[in-house]
Amino acid sequence: MAARQYFSRGALILANDSNQSAQASTALPIHIRDLTKRYGQMYALDSVDLEIKSGEFLTLLGPSGSGKTTLLMAIAGFNRPDAGSIRFGDTEMILTPPHKRDVGMVFQSYALFPHMSVTENVAFPLKLRKVSPAECAERVAEALATVQLSEFGERGIDQLSGGQRQRVALARAFVFGPRILLMDEPLSALDKKLREHMQIELKHLHEKLGVTTVYVTHDQREALTMSDRIAVINDGRLAQVDTPHVIYNQPANAFVADFIGESTMLPLSGDSAGRLMFADQVVTTEAATDAAADHLLVVRPERLFVLRGETVDPEKTIAFDGTVREFVFQGETAFALVAVDDRHELSVRFSTDSASSQNELQPGDRVSLGLHREDVITIPDNA
Amino acid sequence: MENRVDTAGINEHELKTQEAREQLTLLGLAAPAVLAIVAIIVIPVGWLFYLSFVGSDGNFSLEHYQKMVQYKSYARVFLITFQVSLLTTVICILIGYPLAYFLALLPQRWAGIFMLAVLLPFWTSLLVRTYAWLVLLQKKGMLNDFAIYIGLWETPVKLVHNMTGTLIGMAHIMLPFLVLPLYGSMRKIERDMMHAAANLGASPVHAFWKVYFPLSLSGMVAGSLIVFVLCLGFYVTPAVLGGGRVVMVATQITAILENQFDWGAASALGVVLLIATLIILYLAARLLKFDAALFGK
Repeated sequence: MAARQYFSRGALILANDSNQSAQASTALPIHIRDLTKRYGQMYALDSVDLEIKSGEFLTLLGPSGSGKTTLLMAIAGFNRPDAGSIRFGDTEMILTPPHKRDVGMVFQSYALFPHMSVTENVAFPLKLRKVSPAECAERVAEALATVQLSEFGERGIDQLSGGQRQRVALARAFVFGPRILLMDEPLSALDKKLREHMQIELKHLHEKLGVTTVYVTHDQREALTMSDRIAVINDGRLAQVDTPHVIYNQPANAFVADFIGESTMLPLSGDSAGRLMFADQVVTTEAATDAAADHLLVVRPERLFVLRGETVDPEKTIAFDGTVREFVFQGETAFALVAVDDRHELSVRFSTDSASSQNELQPGDRVSLGLHREDVITIPDNA
Repeated sequence: MENRVDTAGINEHELKTQEAREQLTLLGLAAPAVLAIVAIIVIPVGWLFYLSFVGSDGNFSLEHYQKMVQYKSYARVFLITFQVSLLTTVICILIGYPLAYFLALLPQRWAGIFMLAVLLPFWTSLLVRTYAWLVLLQKKGMLNDFAIYIGLWETPVKLVHNMTGTLIGMAHIMLPFLVLPLYGSMRKIERDMMHAAANLGASPVHAFWKVYFPLSLSGMVAGSLIVFVLCLGFYVTPAVLGGGRVVMVATQITAILENQFDWGAASALGVVLLIATLIILYLAARLLKFDAALFGK
């Protein structure tokens, strides 16, 4: 019964893709509470609490073995957690078998049925829901048009390129109008150019469908590009859940700072006034609330800039003096390692446009690097 | 481009010579097998083919083939041969499919151990296994004793020296030939396939019939054909367990040679069986659309 209901709403999504308010009602929030999954002594998921908002694009990001896929599989119903609750809207789903969950899913391997044509693959979920042949054909045509494969319906799966298969998998996942869409590293098999193109397309598709989307990736750039929010997961626990901006600019801990983007971390110590210092450099002008604890300064390489003899306002900018150790041209950017003292090096990223004088840096050069105080990120050092 | 002069490039001749030499080496490696096939298959089969057209007076004649059409007993032999082969194949599928499915679901390590159980009989002598069945199935054999003990039936049932015994023995011997290719094709079905089917709304039963079964079909067809074709020419098991009541083509050929020493008649039977087998293979291939793989385009 419920499936039938989702289904007719699903039709609405595709029909009114300009009507934003109509779409919002087609999505479901996911409430995950105390979800635990053990494999022997290892906790793949350790009491995970996560609220996924209706209609949002949430990415589960983490290194391999972090538990992100286990969490996605638990939402889809492919594994049996040891404890916890997964609710879609108000409905408890933890005991519901996968074929009754009514969520769309795009698999890393695409999992297209090789013995069926493109059309048959996309029609598969519709036939199971006893949609009339006429409506089925219409919905399949619509879905294929959405992923720009209208001409490919009669093809076999083995006659498609990787990118085309990806689109068929996508069409099959949303054609029956699920209110939740799960994606397990769907772009990982594509080459870099196509992957970047598909990231934007998936984002547009999400906007168009308006379904709650949970996306798994280990690629932090992909996560930053596509997500409304990112849940960074490590060792079966959530390290931080927030928007890409906050995740990047205010990482909650060393793991997030290190995993997302490039960064150098410098140890800080509190001075008598409670300010955080690196060597004799004042990093935070205001007293930290827990200055006694160890802190780290997180420096993003692209936020550093070369000071060419000009005097800087210490209220606004911190200056690091150092020696260039390494300078590598990498195309759109150049990369340098600058030693600021015996034990600490800063990574720096420069633009490579012709106006940039950094192009002339040589190993051994003395250089002064500036960092705006707004770009200062300090995190507690738990390690 | 159009003014390009066709001159030899640097080392062009040497590179070509090297390539030719490598091809020759490959050909040399294949030569023993090719010679063996010619010596032990092509020549004897050709010789039989020739013999089947030689009459009792030593001249060309179709008398052996005419006899086959005239006497009903020949038709019966072929009928029984196809009947036994078909039934054995069906029994193997009924037992082998669930077995292969079970093996494919097991983790690789356990599957290996269970596979050993399937293969172990495969490595013991055919004759030993056949006589073992004779011992098990006879009137005072273990099976009858056990069935009477648990009350399945009251007086000993004739399980051997008939069709039943032949089919039991044949199915046992042929089972690995079906299970191995079937298991292979099942292992290749990604776990994600069944996940995807479930995710799209298919109940486990539906997912099996719509996705798993069609994907395992190629292995099942391959295995079934191997079993069927092997059965067609099988000798030992029907001869021992059939007790003279289940006369298949191979048994008939032996009988003709032993009793009448008639090479021509025996050869004709062999030729007809060979041609019938080829026709069946071809029809099956056409029907199941794998003729390209089996016979080339």
